[in-house]
Amino acid sequence: MNRTNWNTKADNRAGRLARVAEALGTQRAGKRVATEAVVALLEAALEPGDRVCLEGNNQKQADFLAQALLQVDPQRVHGLHMVQSVLALPEHLDIFENGIASRLDFSFSGPQGARLAKLVSGGRLEIGAIHTYLELFARYFIDLTPKVALIAAQAADADGNLYTGPNTEDTPAIVEAAAFSGGIVIAQVNEWIDGKTTALPRVDIPADWVDFVVVAPRPNFIEPLFTRDPAQISEIQVLMAMMAIKGIYAEYGVQRLNHGIGFDTAAIELLLPTYAESLGLKGKICRHWALNPHPALIPAIEAGWVESVHSFGSELGMEDYIRARSDVFFTGRDGSLRSNRAFCQAAGHYACDLFIGSTLQIDLDGNSSTATLGRISGFGGAPNMGADARGRRHASPAWLKAGREARADRSGSAGTPRGQKLVVQMVETFREHMQPAFVERLDAWTLQEQAGMALPPIMIYGEDVTHILTEEGIANLLLCRSDAEREQAIRGVAGYTAVGLGRDRRMVENLRDRGVIRRPEDLGIDPREATRNLLAARSMRDLVRASGGLYNPPKRFRHW
Amino acid sequence: MSDTSPGLETLNYSLPGQRPAGAFAPVLVGVVGSGNLEVLLEPAAGTQCDIHIETSARGFGAIWEAVVRDFHSRHPLAGVRVSVNDMGATPAVVSLRLDQAAAELAP
Repeated sequence: MNRTNWNTKADNRAGRLARVAEALGTQRAGKRVATEAVVALLEAALEPGDRVCLEGNNQKQADFLAQALLQVDPQRVHGLHMVQSVLALPEHLDIFENGIASRLDFSFSGPQGARLAKLVSGGRLEIGAIHTYLELFARYFIDLTPKVALIAAQAADADGNLYTGPNTEDTPAIVEAAAFSGGIVIAQVNEWIDGKTTALPRVDIPADWVDFVVVAPRPNFIEPLFTRDPAQISEIQVLMAMMAIKGIYAEYGVQRLNHGIGFDTAAIELLLPTYAESLGLKGKICRHWALNPHPALIPAIEAGWVESVHSFGSELGMEDYIRARSDVFFTGRDGSLRSNRAFCQAAGHYACDLFIGSTLQIDLDGNSSTATLGRISGFGGAPNMGADARGRRHASPAWLKAGREARADRSGSAGTPRGQKLVVQMVETFREHMQPAFVERLDAWTLQEQAGMALPPIMIYGEDVTHILTEEGIANLLLCRSDAEREQAIRGVAGYTAVGLGRDRRMVENLRDRGVIRRPEDLGIDPREATRNLLAARSMRDLVRASGGLYNPPKRFRHW
Repeated sequence: MSDTSPGLETLNYSLPGQRPAGAFAPVLVGVVGSGNLEVLLEPAAGTQCDIHIETSARGFGAIWEAVVRDFHSRHPLAGVRVSVNDMGATPAVVSLRLDQAAAELAP
């Protein structure tokens, strides 16, 4: 084919910019667009079938632009292909109901999972694929490049420079993909800084990458997703946290790690300055973190346990504390947190020796999933955090020890020396309402059949899980040498669930003798000592006190 | 019990004891609250360990039996009446409370 124009993207972009200039007239001054002209802006900038990234993760949301997109004329704008991290707001699905959008590639749909499943079965929406965050960001640069990016920032100046504040999150990855491929970048901001009498605290996105800025009538929505009230941590969670610290962190000398969201791991964070300190582990474990600014980490930071924390996003109420602890957190010249989801996901995958998190179901192969029937939810970043990084080449003691355990007495390629990431699934054998965490068959298989997926939605593959930790003990799957051993190791910590009651008692005792299964008493832990008194903070108020008054919890967490 | 409310399930187990508890002041651990339970140990005549359970979570008899048998193999108490008042505690919490109560009897 004799191609005559190699610059169609640039031409297309110029056409869009000209259409915007004409449509908005005096409602636009440079990059600044009047708030009330936002729908006209989108109608002029968008074309049918465009690939559009609407920013929103599980914290920061470009909510004003999402509402504006819902108001465009479907005659002019329709059939959009949405490529976005998270479906969090009702508007994210409303646009599929009225035909403005028709195709979706995403990572996580938490609160909208049930409605998403209905739209798919009703034929209103076609899912390209469900990705991890890193995977989706990667595809922004290969075959899912957004033509238009709709993003959220804290403030803009007259040139169009953007300040994101602590919740930088996905913005740099999205803007990079759109701005350098002939796309259009439109930002909603909470405030306008004139650049003369006032200046941006710092520049997170340079003006040269931004086309239009609209001041939103309300500050963008942010969800405090990582705040866990210590008052709700149970004795069983304290026991499991003691086992994690003594049986895994100390055992492997875990220095660099990522914690999932939840009360189980919050309990570990709150036991560092107390229980772990009493074991003499300070400086030997938990020094470097890929983690959002969890309020539950405050006591450990104050006690000098933590050298560094790099964050995916921020957490409401932690702003002043972070500012005052800039040795620990990544902060800008202005003093506030600079988060970056893409880099932190890469850090969690390649630079951490351990991931520990919870799940809803684990099967006899160790496969684990949070997918439940009637919902299409995705897993966000968990599959990247909870997976061995096969491309990793740098060594650390924890990584080498895990690798040795997995490869001992093996030959050929399976015996070739290399390390392995520790991937720990930490679950109570029964969840709320006596739902068993251990099952013969994951709901994921039925979900695959119902939704016609290529694969069952498994969050963490059994091949990657190295340890399963329950109140009954720790199963070290690295030491298992057959599928049958693995099954019994899992049954052996599955408590009174049907899976646990179905164990081969003799084989389980044999695994215990070999140290594949370790009970609390094998670790020198008396469950009766697992009391809430061990928690470095037992309430939100304790966390505020530990922070020297710098932590300012959102209202809903203030019970005093 | 005639005053048992309709939502509750009552379970009784009587297991042969091996370790006579002798005389002791009644032991009470735990609280009756959501996801929690109360365990009361009292001296009783004979050599059995009699366990009486009232639970708000119906339909988990097989799990209770397994929990009770494991407890009794850890602490084969004789001459003891165990009363459990449960509000949907998980087996882990039940086992912990039973062990906490039995520890109070340890010489």
